[in-house]
Amino acid sequence: MTRLLALDALWFALIASVVGGVVAPFALARGRLRWVAVVQGAVYANFALVTVATVTMMVALLRHDFSISYVAQVGSRATPAFYTAISLWGALEGSILFWAWVLALYAAAVVYINRRREGLLVPYTGVVLLLIALFFHVLLVGPANPFHAVSPVPADGPGPNPLLQNHILMAVHPPLLYLGYVGMSVPFAFAVGALLAGQIASDEWIRAARRWTVTAWLMLTAAIIAGMWWSYEVLGWGGYWAWDPVENASFIPWLTATAFLHSVMVQERRGMLKLWNLNLIVGTFALTILGTFLTRSGIISSVHAFASGTIGYYFLAFIAVVLVAALVLVAGNSERLRTDGRFDSPLSRDAVFLVNNLLLTVFMFTVLTGTLFPLVAEAVRGVKVSVGEPFFNRMTLPVMVLLLFLMGVGPALPWRRGDPAALRRRLMIPAGFGIAAAVAAIALGTRAPYAVLTFLFAGFSVAANVGEFVHGGRGRRTARGEPLHLAIWRVARGTPRRFGGYLAHIGVLVFAVGIAASSTFRTESEANLKLGESMEVDGITARLREVWGREEPQRQVIGATVAIERGGDTVAVLSPRMNFYPTSQQPIPTPDVRSTLLGDTYLNLVAFRPDGSGATIKMIREPLVPWIWIGGGIICLGAVFGVIPPRSRGGEEVQA
Amino acid sequence: MNWRRAFLAALSAVPVILLLAWGLTRDPREIVSPLPGRPAPDFALTVFAPGEPPLARPLGDTLALARLRGSVVVLNFWASWCLACRDEHRDLSAAAMAYAGQPVQFVGVLYNDIESAGSDWIREMGGQVYPSVTDPGARTAIAFGLYGVPETFVIDQSGRVAYKHTGPIPEALIRRKVDSLLIANRGAAD
Repeated sequence: MTRLLALDALWFALIASVVGGVVAPFALARGRLRWVAVVQGAVYANFALVTVATVTMMVALLRHDFSISYVAQVGSRATPAFYTAISLWGALEGSILFWAWVLALYAAAVVYINRRREGLLVPYTGVVLLLIALFFHVLLVGPANPFHAVSPVPADGPGPNPLLQNHILMAVHPPLLYLGYVGMSVPFAFAVGALLAGQIASDEWIRAARRWTVTAWLMLTAAIIAGMWWSYEVLGWGGYWAWDPVENASFIPWLTATAFLHSVMVQERRGMLKLWNLNLIVGTFALTILGTFLTRSGIISSVHAFASGTIGYYFLAFIAVVLVAALVLVAGNSERLRTDGRFDSPLSRDAVFLVNNLLLTVFMFTVLTGTLFPLVAEAVRGVKVSVGEPFFNRMTLPVMVLLLFLMGVGPALPWRRGDPAALRRRLMIPAGFGIAAAVAAIALGTRAPYAVLTFLFAGFSVAANVGEFVHGGRGRRTARGEPLHLAIWRVARGTPRRFGGYLAHIGVLVFAVGIAASSTFRTESEANLKLGESMEVDGITARLREVWGREEPQRQVIGATVAIERGGDTVAVLSPRMNFYPTSQQPIPTPDVRSTLLGDTYLNLVAFRPDGSGATIKMIREPLVPWIWIGGGIICLGAVFGVIPPRSRGGEEVQA
Repeated sequence: MNWRRAFLAALSAVPVILLLAWGLTRDPREIVSPLPGRPAPDFALTVFAPGEPPLARPLGDTLALARLRGSVVVLNFWASWCLACRDEHRDLSAAAMAYAGQPVQFVGVLYNDIESAGSDWIREMGGQVYPSVTDPGARTAIAFGLYGVPETFVIDQSGRVAYKHTGPIPEALIRRKVDSLLIANRGAAD
């Protein structure tokens, strides 16, 4: 019964998106302005209907209604309710449903927030979002229908993929990723909406596009970092990034979105790079769809890939339509996007943004090439090959290091034309910090050139960006006589976009230091320990106390109790575990980590003796790992600043 | 609108789309099984679901591959929690029935499941005509390099794996494979 209700809701959502996405634009183009209300109504109706379907699915999952195919596929009576609820995005059909819901949510938010705005920009933006929604609705009533009837009704199901029911971050990473990925549709919709409304040359749409891009960028950044964290906490190898095709798929649009967030300022300030910005918006959206295609079609093998079916062909058709339509619209209108200003000097913020965009684009193409290489190689030479970490590291490290450097230089430079002497004065102290950081790193044993450069530029750029806060605060303190910390807060709050940007820079730099330190100074060892025996890594002793087993409803857990000792004192007790799920041949590891600000002690249970007399433990010491997550948090905080409106309008920028 | 420029731009999307389209025709998970053509890993497993006459085997009996020489063996790995196994269930039973009285042995192997759930499933699905065995510790599944369920192996009269099928197997395909082995054997015997 509920099954049919949900399916009908999806059919009506499909009809709403046809009316608002296909019929309405023709009416709007003929000047029938009453259709503006139709588009709005369709967007809201679509949201309500997809919500009905999604809530129905959630209820069915929680009530173990195995008569619904998706529940029978991912549900299990033994799985805890929390993991049952989040298995909504645990397999293909459910994730498409969730995707459609996030898209409907964004569309409704765009229309609602801009409900008082005049003109045709927002209606056409709604049209584009409904057209994208239409594609997902076709999938949902067709090849990815999660609401098939199962008969006879099974008594129980296999439960979600073990990797998805093993850690709480699985409740965070996927939804953030969807919010980030789907959020990139909004700037795209604004761009295409502006083209359709004939307002591409105006500034109205680019401001809206920037705001929505920051929002989506915030989600995507948080998602990528949550994914790294999850990988670190669950996979048992002590790493957080492996250039897996699907990790890359989330990172590639992040790079173009980051480039856009910088170059859009050049357009707002100087009226330049209009066509380039349009390309970045369209490219980012196309890359999110490409990324989805790579994950959902089974075209490239990856730990993240979902099982595939005919759905790949639907996605291919969609990509083709998006690519062709976007290219036609952009190229066909390129003459209307002529630049108003021109670059004055290579020593200016404008120029740094240009170089930054160049580097980010090179970065993007490098990762894209590496990701698609297996496909190209098989097409050309007929062999299955893939390029691994060495390719990505070697190709991208120089770009990353240069970007770290630019993060310090850019904020210190004025628009249009900089004064070399002033720049030197302003960057003197940061340069000192950078050199000090590099010397300290070398003294501590860093030898890899890129690691040394990372510390050098990170020290430099952190100091430069912190300096911008201090600089701004001092000015206000002198003018208003406020204490420095209050002055800094008020200046930052007055121009949140600018200081949000600096904060994000500081976050990226902290993040980079965490990565450089943890990969350079990582030490590890593996040992077979009997009860009471110990191993030592980097001055820290791990002593095996106990090997134990526990039956839980949905799995069997084997664990080791290990005392972490330093100088004879027990500083922590860790319990790395192995979880055995009925549907998985291999145990799912659950490492245990002791984190301090200086670094992590990471233990993984590799093997155990069935009689409980001993275990094989892998022990990894990685310095500064927590700073990766702290840096990630700072980036996100910066992005939050980037979307909130300024408190006073006395700042130097005008918000959309 | 500059249509000439728009057309040229659209043209640049063609190679990307073609590459992706070609990629879809490939299966990156297609791991070529080394088993076909080689002797099947031996097994001796206990019957937990006897099947129905005339194909039934006593409960608790041991089915050993070594003792099935001279018969074509259709070995189907399944589980009660597997949705796709429901789709092939009728086809397997129908095929098994069609070969009653001939040197063909159908065997179901319960994969990562508990016996009672397997028995309940068989009852729920309206019976299974051929016997099913348990595979403690999934040892036989590992020996056959199982990737998931359902998978079906067709083993010839000399104990070699003749064919491996991933996913639900249609009746017509089972019959084609078994028929060709029966005919080939008749030819060899002549």
